[in-house]
Formats: sequence, structure tokens, C-alpha cells
Amino acid sequence: MNCIIIDDEATARAILLQLCTKVPELNVIGEFSNAIQAIKYLNQNEVDLIFLDIHMPDFTGFDLIQTIKNPPRIILTTSDANFAIEAFEYDCIVDYLVKPILLPRFEKAIQKSKNFTREVKPAEGEVNTPSGDDNKEPETSTPDLYVNIDRRLIKIDIPSIYLIEAKGDYINIKTEDKNYTVHSTLKKIEDKLPDHTFLKVHRSYIINIHKIIDIEDNSVLIKKDVIPVSRSNRPELMKRLNLL
Amino acid sequence: METPNFSYINDLSGGDKEFETQLFGILKEELPKEKESYENFIKEKKNEEAGQVVHKLKHKISILGMEKSYVIADTYENNLRKGNTNLKEEFEILLQIITDFLEEN
Repeated sequence: MNCIIIDDEATARAILLQLCTKVPELNVIGEFSNAIQAIKYLNQNEVDLIFLDIHMPDFTGFDLIQTIKNPPRIILTTSDANFAIEAFEYDCIVDYLVKPILLPRFEKAIQKSKNFTREVKPAEGEVNTPSGDDNKEPETSTPDLYVNIDRRLIKIDIPSIYLIEAKGDYINIKTEDKNYTVHSTLKKIEDKLPDHTFLKVHRSYIINIHKIIDIEDNSVLIKKDVIPVSRSNRPELMKRLNLL
Repeated sequence: METPNFSYINDLSGGDKEFETQLFGILKEELPKEKESYENFIKEKKNEEAGQVVHKLKHKISILGMEKSYVIADTYENNLRKGNTNLKEEFEILLQIITDFLEEN
């Protein structure tokens, strides 16, 4: 996969380059410190994937997306979690990585990028509908999730999920209206949920960050559930919050 | 005040000393320029522009494993973008800490 890195910060470019070396199928063919240089390059070269910073002087990452015709797949890289919702309004955006980027999260974004090709291309110009095929990864904006309960595939509206709890070989999915116990793992369901909305805050819990009522020391209150937040996950949670 | 550490860089490098040296070299080259640029914007009372530089500096703060300091820098960036300099003193102390750390290593 031919990719380029666009970031005005040399440190950020060096880190992304290092992360790319950990994924054999990635071939970095260009690095740019500003969007204008990158646009010139994109006009003359085939690129499969762009790692794009949002905050750049004069010409931002979003300006670049709006300027180029038929943009390739884009993974946004930023220190600012506040643009996540805006980011997913663009069809070409595969994922949104908040700096500092860790290797497992980077690898997940690359995996999404590969799935993105399979999912989006056939559906071009059509409304995104759930496939019902368990072997396919849904696109991050897919609004529904299908779970297998007693041999029935039951549809769950993803935005209504506020908590997922691991219980041995099962997970308990809590929604606004109903709870579902499903034979699965947190890892499997985490891969099916949009990153900008859901966050694993503890090895046994994934929460919908939009449903948080309050946060106190090492726990969050969601509906009537008090959920522990592990020390290692707390920085990511804090980054996602629109703090005053 | 929090002290910088190598945990993120070590995780990222996976023991690749060449990369660690290269990244440190880039940090040492880039940080003083950004610091100077920040100081100039503050002197000229160009808060919005200073906020843009703080945005870059906060990434470096996070690379150096300073989670609490990152929150200060993030809040300070937002303050500058809104036109006030609350947390300036705290931010400049931590900026000096990372400057000293990079000079010593």
C-alpha cells in the first residue's frame, strides 16, 4: 500500500515513519511538511493512503481533503480529539488517530483501511446498509450491529449502546431500552464499534463516551452504572473530553 | 511538577537505538525553534498564533510521557485560542523542564 505522510511537525513525521516500518505492507513514498507540496505530489502520483495532520498553518488537513479530487483513503492524525465528528463526515476518512499514537492503535487503523476498500467501493453512491455477513468488518459509521442470540440475528442500534461489560465468555450489551447477553468478547465488539464514540476504559468495560454523566477519580458514571477506569486508559479518556 | 520519561519512545522504538537517536535529534532541533516562535508570539500578544505553536509543543509533551502536563498544555492552548493567557506560568515552567531534559540527554 503506497502511502504518504503530511504533517508540519518533523517529530510527528518521524514517529509515523517508524510506525509504518512496523507494518510490512505499508510503503511510504513521500513525506510533506505542508499540504500544498502534498497536493502537487498527489496530482502526479498514485497514492493509496494518506496520514494527514489536521492542524497545519495556512492550509489545514480539511482544506486538503476539500481541494483534491477523488481523495484516496485518509487516516487523520492529530493532537486534538475535538474534530472526530467533523472528520467522519468525509467518505474518504478511514480513521482518526489521536497523538501520541501507539502501535496497536496504529495497526488497527491500517486494518480498518484494508477493510475500507472492501466495504466502501461496491457501495459507492448507495446508502450504507448492514451486510449481515459476520466475516465482514462494518464501516465505522455503520449505525446498526447484529448479534446472534438463540440463533436469531438481532439488530442493535449502535448509538443507543451506552455500556458493554465482559462476563466470562459473554458480553453484556446495555442500551437505552434493553440489555443483551451475547457469546462474544470485548475485543470482537470493540472492532465493530466507531472509535470516536466508544472507548475501552478498563479490561472489562467499553463505554459510549457521549453517555458519560460524570467522572470522579478512577471511575465514570453512565446511567446508573459506576464503571472503573484503569490507570492506563485514563489519559485516552481525558483526551476525548471537551474540557473547559 | 512531572518529569519527562522515555516510556513512549521506548515502546515506539522497540529497542531500535538508531531510531531513538534520530528522534531525539529531531526533538532537540525542533523544540527550541517552536519555543522561540511561541515566545515571540506571546511578546507580540498574538495569542491565536501562540496557541498554534502550543498545539505542536503539547505533542512533544505527550511524547515525553507527561500526561498531567499534557492536560495543562491542552487547556492553555484552548485559553490562548479564546484570547486569554491563563495557565501561562504553569505552561512555561513545564516548557523549561522539557527543554532542560532534552539538553541533558
